[in-house]
Amino acid sequence: MALIELTNLEKVYRQGEVETRALRGVSFSVEKGEFVAIMGPSGSGKSTLLHILGFLDPPTGGEYLFQGRSAVSYGEDEISHIRNRKLGFVFQAFNLLPRTTVLDNVMLPLLYSDVPEREWKQKATKAVEAVGLSHRIHHEPAQLSGGEKQRVAIARALVTDPEVIFADEPTGNLDSKSGKAIMEILQELNDKQGHTIILITHETYTAEHAGRIIRIKDGLVESDRLVEERRRADTDSLLK
Amino acid sequence: MYLRYTLKTAFSGLRRNTGRSLLTILGIVIGITAIMIVLSVGEGAESLILNQVSALGAQTVIVEPGRQPSGPADFAEIFTDSLKQREREALENPANVRGVDFVVPEVIAVAALSNESETTRVNVIGTAPDIQEILAISANEGTFITEDDVRQAASSVVLGATVKEDLFGSAPALGKKIKIKGRTFRVVGLIDPTGQVGFLNVDEIAIIPYTTAQRYLLGIDHFNVLWLHAESGEAVSRVVRDVELTLRELHDIDDPEKDDFHVVTQEDAIESIGIITTVLTALLTSVAAISLVVGGVGIMNIMLVSVSERTREIGLRKAVGARNEDIMAQFLIEAVMLTGIGGIVGIVLGALFSFIAALILAQVVGTDWEFIFSITAAVAGLLVASTIGLVFGIYPARQAAQKSPIEALRFE
Ligand SMILES: Nc1ncnc2c1ncn2[C@@H]1O[C@H](COP(=O)(O)OP(=O)(O)OP(=O)(O)O)[C@@H](O)[C@H]1O
Ligand SMILES: [Mg+2]
Repeated sequence: MALIELTNLEKVYRQGEVETRALRGVSFSVEKGEFVAIMGPSGSGKSTLLHILGFLDPPTGGEYLFQGRSAVSYGEDEISHIRNRKLGFVFQAFNLLPRTTVLDNVMLPLLYSDVPEREWKQKATKAVEAVGLSHRIHHEPAQLSGGEKQRVAIARALVTDPEVIFADEPTGNLDSKSGKAIMEILQELNDKQGHTIILITHETYTAEHAGRIIRIKDGLVESDRLVEERRRADTDSLLK
Repeated sequence: MYLRYTLKTAFSGLRRNTGRSLLTILGIVIGITAIMIVLSVGEGAESLILNQVSALGAQTVIVEPGRQPSGPADFAEIFTDSLKQREREALENPANVRGVDFVVPEVIAVAALSNESETTRVNVIGTAPDIQEILAISANEGTFITEDDVRQAASSVVLGATVKEDLFGSAPALGKKIKIKGRTFRVVGLIDPTGQVGFLNVDEIAIIPYTTAQRYLLGIDHFNVLWLHAESGEAVSRVVRDVELTLRELHDIDDPEKDDFHVVTQEDAIESIGIITTVLTALLTSVAAISLVVGGVGIMNIMLVSVSERTREIGLRKAVGARNEDIMAQFLIEAVMLTGIGGIVGIVLGALFSFIAALILAQVVGTDWEFIFSITAAVAGLLVASTIGLVFGIYPARQAAQKSPIEALRFE
């Protein structure tokens, strides 16, 4: 059973009379433990797709099976639970809480989880460590660089130890050095801890860190292939 | 979600906009302050009056002419001349009314007293020696008026402390002559400062024999009050009943509605004072409550602004797993905190102003007005304030909870 299975997924945005068909029948599946990069031109529907996969927005057609069960069959509280425990989302715009320390930002998902309160601090500290920000743990977002903010966002996404981490252009706003650090973290999460990772990027270089690249165009899958020469962010070498 | 974090979250939400939060709760603060003052002053007034009424003693039964006043129109009734010597004697007869130690008549005249150049207008009470026991007073210097004075309609007068002060200053007054309505009286006794007893400020009266007052000051033959002293507190209700039966028989009254007299006991007085102050307090409180409603609408308004400002935050929380209830709780708690703080500030300010009011009233009324900090009012105030937060917070909190995470995150 695939972790994620899409069949003819559609998303139509309606604003009054205007209809935008952002997704027009997308089908593919993702197995547990995969590292998938989604690429495509601006406006092709990448973010829309990721939001649907992340249970942030419902599809308007087709079928989305998550862990073998249809997404539309989940109730509201079940969806909250899935967002909380099974999925981690890294937004392109960071979306950190202002005037809130790195530790408290990372702890946020735990507030809504069934993890006992006494474990919160330790779990959050570990997640901050994992993204190499221990020295910034009591800083507030305004005191952090863009790359550091994105790493906080990643720490927040992985603090509940989710099945899947979604990342919408996590390196889009960063210079190549910070971008590489992010990719290194994601690769490590994928390799060593077996997290499934689905990431959007428009840079081929970044996409080549994944094991598979899906190209989207005009709301349809254009191509879906494995990466033959996968990049390693830690050594910057190519893997065979 | 754990309460501690919900509280922390709500609190940091408020702190982010301290200035605005303070302005928002102003309506609540004013409302609660006003209610606190009304309740405190109301209770102060009630306890003051009750203390004075209690000073009359539980054994005192007052018979007054006219029907029980139930409105301003009945006020003239107290001038009815239905109580005369005949009625007094009927009530003194143990065959009619059992368990009465004695009956004291009283007539009241407002008159000018003068001592050469000094003049003062006071209540002149025409009564008998037994009034000493009813009002728990006596002449601290000289003698009180005597039965002989009453029999002879003597021109003897006993002065309250303030009256003496006004007429004589610190000079000796005993044995001196004063004029009341042109008639010369001899000061036979002086009463030390006593203050309020029942409805009477003893310091501001002059006491003369009732016969003298009836004959020379008023030219009447009826009484304004008959004081009855029951032999015990338990006897009072029987005395009241006997008095009513006796006077009705004497006056040929079959229908109690047509009574030309009424009987007041300490218990009655306490009850009717309770009713008056309760009605007044309720009236004033409801005026203050309007400000609470206005305050509540202000809270709702500002919460809506806050929800809209924090749309992205709400989206993020939902994206990481917050349920609708979690978001709802967060904003409700924030609203309740706002109004709760308003309530606490209102209670403190209310207590402060009531204290100041008590000081001023003590000066004005001239008695020991008690400052009462009503715990009940404080608790009620806090509850009301919090409830307002809850009620007016629900709509904004629902607005927040119903946001879709992705739309909220996309909100600029
Ligand atoms: N809420 C919305 N209402 C209406 N149309 C929308 C909405 N969100 C997205 N769209 C439209 O759907 C299409 C796909 O948008 P989407 O954000 O998925 O693109 P994208 O592939 O992520 O682009 P980019 O690389 O620029 O981020 C676009 O044409 C966009 O205008
Ligand atoms: Mg996008």
